[in-house]
Amino acid sequence: MSIPGLTVSELLGKLATGELKSVELTQACLDQISAHDASVRAFLSVDAEASLAQARSVDQRRAAGETLGLLAGVPVAIKDVICQKGTVTTCASRMLEKFVAPYDAHVIERLRAADAVLLGKTNMDEFAMGSSTENSAYQITRNPWDLERTPGGSSGGSAAAVSALMAPLSLGSDTGGSIRQPAGLCGVVGMKPTYGRVSRFGLIAYASSLDQIGPFARDVQGAALLLEAIAGHDGRDSTSVPHDVPNYSQTVDHPLEGLKIGYAKEHFAPGLDPEVERSVKDALNIYKKLGATIQEISLPHQKYAVAVYYLVAPSEASSNLARYDGVHYGHRAAQFDSMVDMYSASRGEGFGSEVKRRIMLGTYALSAGYYDAYYLKALKVRRLIRNDFDEAFGEVDIIATPVNPTPAFKIGELVNDPLAMYLSDIYTISANLAGIPGISVPAGFSSGGLPLGLQLLGAPFAEGKLLRAARMFERETDWHTRIPPNMVVTK
Amino acid sequence: MASQLDRETVLKVARLGRLKLADHEVDDYLNKLGQILTYVEQLNEVDTEDVEPMAHAVELQNVFREDVVRPSLPRDLALSNAPKTDGQFFLVPQIIDAGG
Repeated sequence: MSIPGLTVSELLGKLATGELKSVELTQACLDQISAHDASVRAFLSVDAEASLAQARSVDQRRAAGETLGLLAGVPVAIKDVICQKGTVTTCASRMLEKFVAPYDAHVIERLRAADAVLLGKTNMDEFAMGSSTENSAYQITRNPWDLERTPGGSSGGSAAAVSALMAPLSLGSDTGGSIRQPAGLCGVVGMKPTYGRVSRFGLIAYASSLDQIGPFARDVQGAALLLEAIAGHDGRDSTSVPHDVPNYSQTVDHPLEGLKIGYAKEHFAPGLDPEVERSVKDALNIYKKLGATIQEISLPHQKYAVAVYYLVAPSEASSNLARYDGVHYGHRAAQFDSMVDMYSASRGEGFGSEVKRRIMLGTYALSAGYYDAYYLKALKVRRLIRNDFDEAFGEVDIIATPVNPTPAFKIGELVNDPLAMYLSDIYTISANLAGIPGISVPAGFSSGGLPLGLQLLGAPFAEGKLLRAARMFERETDWHTRIPPNMVVTK
Repeated sequence: MASQLDRETVLKVARLGRLKLADHEVDDYLNKLGQILTYVEQLNEVDTEDVEPMAHAVELQNVFREDVVRPSLPRDLALSNAPKTDGQFFLVPQIIDAGG
């Protein structure tokens, strides 16, 4: 296997023995980007010199016998919603086209402390609003398995970069499925941790009660390592939780005894592609053979998750995005006739149509006369969705679900139908509303050769258990070892 | 819930949200926001009598920290992304009539 095709643990092993230098590995990733990113368009910016300099420094410190961090010398691609000091951080918006992050996000500090190499910033739906990465103001990212199809979104660039062997690891953010959904469509592992597990300091806010940063990798062990590196309390995000971070990467290979897996009948309703349904049922059979107990559970309020989300998230977004006023940072219109007109003109020009649509929706839902009927009602149903999960996790350890209702859809297919696009997140959204962790793992291919994903959901802070359960499945399958046929490693 | 959006309402919401919209955007939002609002009205079926609203997934209360002086973003960095500054302050258009 060529260098870019190796798993993170294999890379760490070779780096530790000196068989592989971080400079060679980083160069191999840059070569893969040069070879294929003109067609995939996963990256918005790559600073090859800066990445190679970090790699060289890790190699030198290793040669000097220094103790190095958890991800020493391993390149990580970063979704362009995360501030990395001194780099342009656009959120894929014209609004932030020239915004140079003045500080590092907490997760970037953590990656630097882990001696990872920061490889570049990846494309996304503008302000993380979207499910196909078509809402980027700059470029459309394509699915490495089929360039006519979407990689999903909003973290489509991060998912595609890992799928196309351009980076062994990447970071995304997940507000309604934006890590798990593209991971499923691109055939990689993607995880949304429990709300509060990872600090949001330096993550550009979309919907603050739902946003969470998480890892992409090609295998579960890689995701465990990256989560371990970024998780933990940070006083600058008062919603980050002061719980110790377990050594996920040390326990991920330990199978769970007496595992109880639930599946919800509500997740197998009309609209689910038969091949997707088949892959989830096959996965349940594998768990059964491994000795797990499989049982039906009920999540009666699941069907309201999309409706709740499209009131809660836009409401929070309309408030969060009020900060883009053309004064402190971001786009300012050239022509206006008053202060208020400057705000409106700058925002009208700087935001793309989906972002404006969600600001409009949120402003409406929070406006006088509608607050109780829309926003407050949604928060009450949100509680019922959480209660359903609490009850289910009293009976089972893990809930298995599809990730996406269908395999990757075509670019342009849903872009003019916002509601249909929103419904592509139907299986992932409820985890954000409830704040629980979820992971998407490769679980097969459609007859058309497109990846299918399995989602596993766990109780709050059960990431360790979730990773172990995901690894049990991965060990029995070889889906995660497949690479997109067109993404040939040339060097 | 009233899902019937009229043009006036769309324009009012755009004003509240400080968004200058082109005419074709107003038409688009009139149509698509209406569809989304119709969809979310299914929440009316749910009995939420006596249900406490859930604003947050981790219901932490009053997270305190020590009130100590710490370094903050230096002025030059804080101003570095601003569209217009005089090196010390953010500059905005004149809001008080000079003649008044």
